[in-house]
Parts: sequence; structure tokens; C-alpha cells
Amino acid sequence: MIPSAFDYAAPATVEEALGLLAAADAAGDDVKVLAGGQSLLPVMKLRMADPSMVVDLGRIAGLNGVTDSGDSLLIGAMTPHHVVATDPLIAQHVPLLAQAAATVADPQVRHRGTFGGALVHADPAGDLPAPVLAAGATFLISGPGGQRSVDAADFFQGYFTTAVEEGEILTGIRVPKYTGWGSHYEKFTRVAQQWSIVAVAALVRVEAGTITEARIGLTNMASTPLRAAAVEAALAGGPATADAIAAAAAHAAEGTDPASDLNGDAAYRAHLAQVLTKRAVLAAVGLQAGA
Amino acid sequence: MTATTERSSAEVGKARLRKEDRHLVTGRSRFTDNMVLPGMLHLAMVRSPYAHAKITAVDTAAAKSSPGVMAVLTGADVAGEQGSLPNAWPITPDQKAPAHGAIAVDEVAFAGEVVAVIVARTAAAARDAVERVDVSYDELPVVMDLEEAFTDKVLAHTSLESNKSATWVFDSAEAGTGSSVQDAIDSAEVLIERTFYQQRLIPAFMEPRSTVVDPTGEQITMWTATQIPHILRLMLALTLGIPESKVRVIAPDVGGGFGGKLQVTPEEVITVLAARHTGKPCKYTETRSESLQAGHHGRAQVQRLKLSAKRDGTVTGLSVNLLADMGAYLGLVTSGIPILGAFMYNSIYKFPAYRFECNNIFTNKTWTDAYRGAGRPEATFAIERLMDELATELNMDPLAVREKNWIRHEEFPFATVAGLEYDTGNYEAATAKAVDLFDYQGMRAEQKRRRDANDPVQLGIGVSTFTEMCGLAPSRVLGSLSYGAGGWEHAQVRVLPTGNIEVVTGSSAHGQGHETAWSQLVADRLGVPFENVEVLHGDTQISQRGLDTYGSRSLTVGGMAVLAAADKVIEKAKVVAAHMMEASEEDIEFSAGSFNVKGTDQSTSLGEIALATFAAHNLPDGFEPNLDSDATFDPSNFSYPHGTHLAAIEVDTETGHVGILKYVCVDDVGVVVNPMLVEGQVHGGLAQGIAQALYEEAVHDDAGTLVTGSFVDYLVPSAPDLPHYITGRTETPATSNQLGAKGVGEAGTIASTPAIVNGVLDAVRHLGVKDIKMPCTPSRVWHALQDAKTTGGVR
Ligand SMILES: Cc1cc2nc3c(=O)[nH]c(=O)nc-3n(C[C@H](O)[C@H](O)[C@H](O)COP(=O)(O)OP(=O)(O)OC[C@H]3O[C@@H](n4cnc5c(N)ncnc54)[C@H](O)[C@@H]3O)c2cc1C
Repeated sequence: MIPSAFDYAAPATVEEALGLLAAADAAGDDVKVLAGGQSLLPVMKLRMADPSMVVDLGRIAGLNGVTDSGDSLLIGAMTPHHVVATDPLIAQHVPLLAQAAATVADPQVRHRGTFGGALVHADPAGDLPAPVLAAGATFLISGPGGQRSVDAADFFQGYFTTAVEEGEILTGIRVPKYTGWGSHYEKFTRVAQQWSIVAVAALVRVEAGTITEARIGLTNMASTPLRAAAVEAALAGGPATADAIAAAAAHAAEGTDPASDLNGDAAYRAHLAQVLTKRAVLAAVGLQAGA
Repeated sequence: MTATTERSSAEVGKARLRKEDRHLVTGRSRFTDNMVLPGMLHLAMVRSPYAHAKITAVDTAAAKSSPGVMAVLTGADVAGEQGSLPNAWPITPDQKAPAHGAIAVDEVAFAGEVVAVIVARTAAAARDAVERVDVSYDELPVVMDLEEAFTDKVLAHTSLESNKSATWVFDSAEAGTGSSVQDAIDSAEVLIERTFYQQRLIPAFMEPRSTVVDPTGEQITMWTATQIPHILRLMLALTLGIPESKVRVIAPDVGGGFGGKLQVTPEEVITVLAARHTGKPCKYTETRSESLQAGHHGRAQVQRLKLSAKRDGTVTGLSVNLLADMGAYLGLVTSGIPILGAFMYNSIYKFPAYRFECNNIFTNKTWTDAYRGAGRPEATFAIERLMDELATELNMDPLAVREKNWIRHEEFPFATVAGLEYDTGNYEAATAKAVDLFDYQGMRAEQKRRRDANDPVQLGIGVSTFTEMCGLAPSRVLGSLSYGAGGWEHAQVRVLPTGNIEVVTGSSAHGQGHETAWSQLVADRLGVPFENVEVLHGDTQISQRGLDTYGSRSLTVGGMAVLAAADKVIEKAKVVAAHMMEASEEDIEFSAGSFNVKGTDQSTSLGEIALATFAAHNLPDGFEPNLDSDATFDPSNFSYPHGTHLAAIEVDTETGHVGILKYVCVDDVGVVVNPMLVEGQVHGGLAQGIAQALYEEAVHDDAGTLVTGSFVDYLVPSAPDLPHYITGRTETPATSNQLGAKGVGEAGTIASTPAIVNGVLDAVRHLGVKDIKMPCTPSRVWHALQDAKTTGGVR
């Protein structure tokens, strides 16, 4: 488990980091950004990635932490999973993210691995993309051409591929507040410490027994996280009852394209999506504790 | 038994904390990979990506000129000296096996086989150079599936004419231990025919294999993460053609084995070759990926079974027909693993007729060999699944079917249809206790409630009773099975001038806690404080004789050698005591560390005798000034632990998820030296057995690549996945050793797998599910439920 030799730089500012990326790119070097290293280092050790240069974002001030900016929260890209899982602002306004982050791996990985790293890594089985997609977050990206922002709907582009281009850095994620909404992340695995076989993120607003809005994100039902649009439509305006929710959840697999692997084939995943969507929404509206 | 009764047992039975843990948990451990020798070089292996191919050329030029590289060795370079890795158990005279060089010379037969080794100044330099070796292969057809391999349509080795290595048969009618199975089947009122699949498993011990070889000095010294320093020393000498006296093997701290380190590995031989070629100490430590891919695997059998019975539940015969996957090569005891199971299919039952046939088959998968339980878990799984199938067929309670057939406690000693003599056992007592701890009736009521309510989470009750043969092994029996060695164990008890004791054992521990248990044994026997006993093992220059640790043999064989040696110390000390106290030897009584003259208050201690012996100023004429004693113990019989395990299993019918609501096991392991060590063995064993039932499976793709090549895909459960175990014990002493101990190293692994699978099926059988292959993953369970809705299918 020894990676190939590589150069290492730990810049102090985003500008410096971008400069290093640009210079390496100009020199034709294969350069990688390092956040928590919990995905990058394993692939380097397995020599599935052989960057000649690694730019560590760990020393850059201001990329780590959660700040309140009115109707949204700004989560720094370098905020570790552990902080996302325990931060009081997140607990108050988007507890969905805290719940999802708490399902990631073990405490060691959660203290090292970062929110931004997990989103740029974009593992289809990763637990943070679907909640962030359901929440309609906005991604703040810095590059040679300055800053740009990308909607969650456009951010996840394919298997391990996002809108972050080579030479760019994700600096933060802006997440709207869902204060007062019900939410739940329902993750299904075979052993306690595992990436999701399928998982469902639900954000539901209920007023006087009626679901006024539902935002459902699916983990590992395609090469990218998906919104369960048909479920959202079926739920909206309907009663927050077990029967109505079960009926709506039956649409969960529509428009999905799940993989088949040792944990289950596509048919099984399609079925799981329905069961887990039902459970996630029931838990979000307080009808049944999630598993 | 007689010897123990008159002795105090302040230590035996005490839940002593493990002596060995202090250094292990404070980071002062000495694992092989911690070894650093001056000028030491590092190895990295070039491995075949193909499961079957001709090696047409190996170009090492670029690797040789890579920075830091000292040597690159290919199969061709060492073909004349590497010999063939040993198989010590030719089960039949006509057993076939391909030559197995540590480095493949012209053909590779599984993906991961070594084709060259890099020797470099640093581990990183060695790893970098791996990519610079250019190996040309001509791919050959692969045969991956065991049943397909049996047809010989594709051959796993071009050097063999068939994939069959050997066929081994036991027939009770021929052996005179029972009647004819065919007759039983022909006249069966009920016939249960099933095929079960024992999936491949990978021994996933904590410490990866690691070897350091120092070729300097008079002898080659090898430190290695092994269970078998003594056997390894002999086998290295035989394989490489060097005198045994020129090889010293040291097993320092070893982090688990489970059979995975009961092997002479290619990498151990290669490290010797590299050290020999460079004249420098060399180290090789496998990565976890290499460990999973190229270290030997376990299980991998197809079991075709026929059980005949009467309608009252009495079993009349059992026929077992096995295909056992050797993988690509025979390891040290690969061929004998199914045979270790052959004597256990009849388990605790009184079948009148039994036939066992096993075909050992080569495939192009990773080689297989011992894995915790070795043959016995497979046997127990098969019979316990069949007993549940019989109960279902006859609409009987699974416990009642078992009781109908088991050997009653008053029937011991009992000669079994497989030819063993069970000395003692009490299946009634263990089962009664388990039923009580489990609240069997209450669970059945809850099961009915959920069925009636059509609860999405159904409840199943899994029953498993078992016995196993432990204490490997009576040497004569091994001889009759054509195993290449005996089954004795050696010990030495040394009395130091201070009266402190050193115990040398040939049974080399790798996590079990021998140092603690042996100290307890000797503290009791010699009447010295536990703290004053030091246990030495795992170095062939300190422990010169031994047959190492596997098959739950350490206490029942190695421990008995320790006691026998301690008894000899007492006999010697009596001579000195008599001399010191001017009494006759016959008048000396020994108890609790002191030697008394009968009927007087005159006494002396072992410590005083030790000092007097060391000084040797005033000893009896002709007395050798030395109390140290050796003993070698060869058991007269196996020991037969048994137990009853009950599992309450929840199946979420919506997702197929399987959960363990309650797990009760009552094990009878005979007399217990340290209940905490026993508890630890039971817990770990259960975890591994449950892992086979629910989680672990080594999967190769059609081309022969291991798909489960990391812990992302090879799912080893961890603490949150396992239930709180409710453990109980009954204690029926064995008569085959003076302590009455039976062995516990494999019990949990053997009993838990069928308990869990029986529980899963009991939860969903009423929904039409007939069988589910292991591991019972949520996806398999769900698909079985879906199929049952349409066809009553099997997954
Ligand atoms: C044992 C283990 C178990 C795990 N289990 C789970 C699980 O159950 N669920 C789950 O979701 N995840 C799991 N993970 C993955 C974990 O969430 C990782 O932390 C995460 O995927 C990557 O985050 P990181 O900060 O470690 O990123 P790194 O590994 O440092 O980087 C990952 C990739 O993203 C790029 N990158 C990182 N940050 C930026 C940035 N700011 N801008 C541009 N590019 C960037 C890197 O160049 C790299 O390509 C597990 C990891 C381990 C080791």
C-alpha cells in the first residue's frame, strides 16, 4: 500500500492553490487537490491514481466551518463530516445533512473526510450528494477565471464526475434553510459500516395534515444522485397519511438507472428505493421512526 | 481425572486477565513487520493478473535498473532451487497434484500467483519497480465453477489430465461400523435430498502475513507471522533441501490466523530465496489486497446429500457426496480438509448407516486450505440443515427430531457410525439449558403472533446442535488417514534458581492466550504464584519440539504435555526434598508448593529445593542437578465438545434484511481453565460463523479476478452487526485427558452458521421459501421471497 512518489504543496490561500494548479497544469503534470484524503489516499495507495503533485487544502483558512447567512447556511468545503453531523446551525435548519453525515463510515473517517471532498468525489453510493441535491444547494467554485456558482441540479454530472473542472476548487456549499420542515435520511446497508446500497433523503413540509412540499433525493439509483420527481409530485398537496405516502413512494424507481453488483441487482435496488422512500417520508412526517 | 482431584485448583477455573494483553494494547508488540535488521532489503511481488496463462517471457531489465533495486528474481531464475511447496496430506496413494513452485515458472493457474519478486533497498522502491517488470502471457481457458471443473471440459492445469485430485470414500458397511446406506435409502419412509453450497471464505486475520529472513550467521533465521513455526521449519528444510538444523523459525507476536497462517506460503520461501541470493536480510509484508487475493481461502464445497428416515423422525441413513474446491494448488493440508469433516456428518446422532464420498477438484481460483473449523463447520451445517428439513417434512419440532436421534448421555462411550469413539457428552443437559435461556416456548408464541398478524418483520427460530472432534490428534489415527506427521505435543517445565518457572510449549499461540492458561495450569500444579510462571513459545531454538496450534488442540494436547512435565518436576524435587529433610522419598507428600514429611511438620518449598539443586552442594549421590523436565503427550482419543445454539432471527420481508434478535449458546467444552478465554473464543467463533451465514463470500468473476478484493466488497462484520450473545455452559469432563478439557477454538464457528440459516428459513418458509444460499444477503432473501410468490423458488 505505497503510493507512487508525488510532490506535495500546502498553500495558505485559495489564490495560491489555484496558482499551483494552473502551473502544474501548464507543465503537463497530473495534479490532484487533497481535502480529507479519505477517498484520494486509498486510490493512490492502490495505484489507481498516480498524481505527480498533490495540493493540500488543509492549511487554507476560511474553508472550514458553518456560517449563518440569513435564509441559507454556508458550509465550507473543508468542513469535516463530524462537524456537519454535530453543528448546531445545521441541526436547527437542515438536520437532514447532519443525519446523513453521521452515517458516513466511522469516527476516524468522519473527522478527516470533508463535506466538500465527498461532494466533489461524487461516489454514486456516497451519502451526501442526495441530501444536498434534495436541499437544492448551490456550489461555490473558484477557478482561474474567478468565482462561479452552480446549482445542485447541474453539479452532479456522472459517475465520479461533477461540475468542478480541472484547475478549479470547490470552496463552499450554500444550503437553503428548511427550518420547521420534517426530514429523514434512510440508508440501507448490509453491515453497519458501508456505503449505501440505496438511501433516500426526504425533506417534507406539512401544514395542517397536508404535505405542502416534498423534496426527495435518491442515493445510488444511478450514476448520479437523483430527485424522485414523481414521488414529490404525488406527495404534494396530499394528506400526510401512511396510505398516501405508501402510494406516492411506489413511484420512487421511476426514471432511475441503478447498477447491479454484489449487494443487489437493479430490480432489487428499484424495489428498495420504494420501501426506503416510504420509510423516509413516514419518518420525516413523524408517522414512524426511521430504521 | 484421578490426578486432579487431590490437587488444589486455585487457578484453574479463574477468569484471569490475559497476561499477553498489556504489551499488545500498549503498542509494545513485536509483530514481524516491526522487525528492522541492519542492511535489510524489502520485497515486492509481481503477480499474475490472469487466472490461467502460459508465461512466454519475463523482461526484468527495466526493473533491475530501477532506483534502489538490488535484484529481480523470476521463476526461471530459481527453478532449480525453489522445490515445490509441500502438501503433507496425500489422502489417497494416487492423489494428483501439480508442481507448485513459489514463483511460477511457465504457467500460472490463479490470478495473484507470483511471477517475479523485486528486492530493493526500500519497500517503496520495490513497489515502484513492480510496474517495470514486463511479463508476456498467452492466456489459457479458465475453469472457475466447481461443478463445471468436475466435468473436465476445461483443465485448470495443462500438466494434469483431469481436474480431479483424489476421491476419498468412507462407507460404514465396508468399515464395519454400520450398515448399507443404499439399503436405508431404498427402504426409506422419508427421503430428504438436498444440495448445499459452502461459499468461499477468506481468513481475514488482523495482522497481514509478514516474513523477515536473516541469512547471515550459521543458520538462516526466519521471523514470520505463522501458526506453525515447527512444521514450517521442517517443511522449509525439505522444500529447499537444507538441513533442518540450519533453519531457525521464530513466530513473534502473531495477530490471528484462523487457519490462514497454517501454511507454508510461497512468500516465505521466496523471502528465503531473496535473502540467499542477496546475502542480506529481507522482509516481505503482504498488503491486505494481496492477503485477500493470494493467501489461501477456505470452505468452497458443494454438498450433495441424502437423508433417509422413518416417519417417526428416526434417521436411518445419510449419504454425503462432496465436491471440494482445492483452488489451483494443494497447500499444506488442503486435501485433508474435507476428510476432517467426514467423521462429523453423523454429529451427535445414532445413524445406523453412513456413506461419505469426496472428490477433490482443481479450479483456477485462489488455492484453499484450513479455515477455522476446517471441514467440521461444513459437516455440521449440512446435517443441521437436513435435520430441520426433516422436521419440516414431518411437521415436527426441530428440537424433537434431534432428540429422537441423538446419543443419550447414558449411552457413552459411544462408537459412532463414522468410526470414532465419543467418550462423554450430555446433549440433553446442554439443550435443556439453552431452551431455558432462550425462552423457546415464548419465542415460538411470538413467532406465531407475527405470522398471524402478517407482520412485515417475521421471526424465525434457528436450532443447531453439534459436536466436533478436537485435540488433533492421536498420532496413530493421523497415520491411518495418511497425514504426514503425528499429533503429539511437547512441553518443558524449567525451574530457575529463584524458584520461578519457565514453561516452554510447542503449541505456538497467535492470540489465544496460551501464556495465561499455561501459567494457570502450572501455578496450580506446582503451587507457585501465577505471576512467577513465564511461558515461552514460538521460537524453534527455544521450543525445540512441537506441532503448533490449530484444530483446538492446544489445551487438550499441549496443555497436557505441560502438566506431564510439571509432574516430572515434582517427582525430581521429591528426591531432593527427601535428601534435604533426611526422610525417605516415599514419605514426601507434595501439596500447594510445599513438600512435607508425612506425619511431621517438617516441610520445604519448591523454591528452596530449586536453590539447593542449582547450588548442587548437597544433593543425593548420582542426582543430576537439574529439576527441568520434558514431556511429550500423544492423546489416546480426540475430545468431543458439543453444544446447543438457538437463534431468534428477524427477517424484514420488505427489504430482505436479516437481523439477530437473540442468540443463545450453551457449549460443553469440558473442564474450563479460564472462563474468560473460553468466552472470548466463543464470541469470536460466533462472529465468524455468523459471518459465513450472512456476510462473507469470496467472489471471482468469470475471467478469474477476485471481485471481493478489498474490505469494501469482502464484508467482514464488526461489533454493531453482531448481537449480544447469551452464553451458557454445561461441563461434562472428557476422559481422554487428565484435566477433562475438550477444546473451544472452533465451537462457535461450527454451530452458529446453521443456527442462523435455519432461523432465516424458519422465518420465511411459511411464505414458500425453500432454501437460500449463503451468505443470506438481503438481496438473496428478497429475491427468494419474490420467487416464492410465483414459483416457490430457491435462491
Ligand atoms: C473506510 C471508509 C468508509 C467510508 N464510508 C463512507 C460512507 O459510508 N458514506 C460516504 O458517503 N462516504 C464514505 N467514505 C468516503 C468519505 O465520505 C470521504 O471522506 C469522502 O468521499 C471524500 O472526502 P475527503 O475530504 O476525504 O476527500 P479527498 O479524499 O481528499 O478527495 C476526494 C476527491 O475530491 C477532490 N476534492 C476534494 N476536495 C475538493 C475541493 N474542495 N475542490 C476540488 N476538488 C476536491 C480530490 O481531488 C479527490 O479527487 C468512506 C471512506 C472511508 C475511508
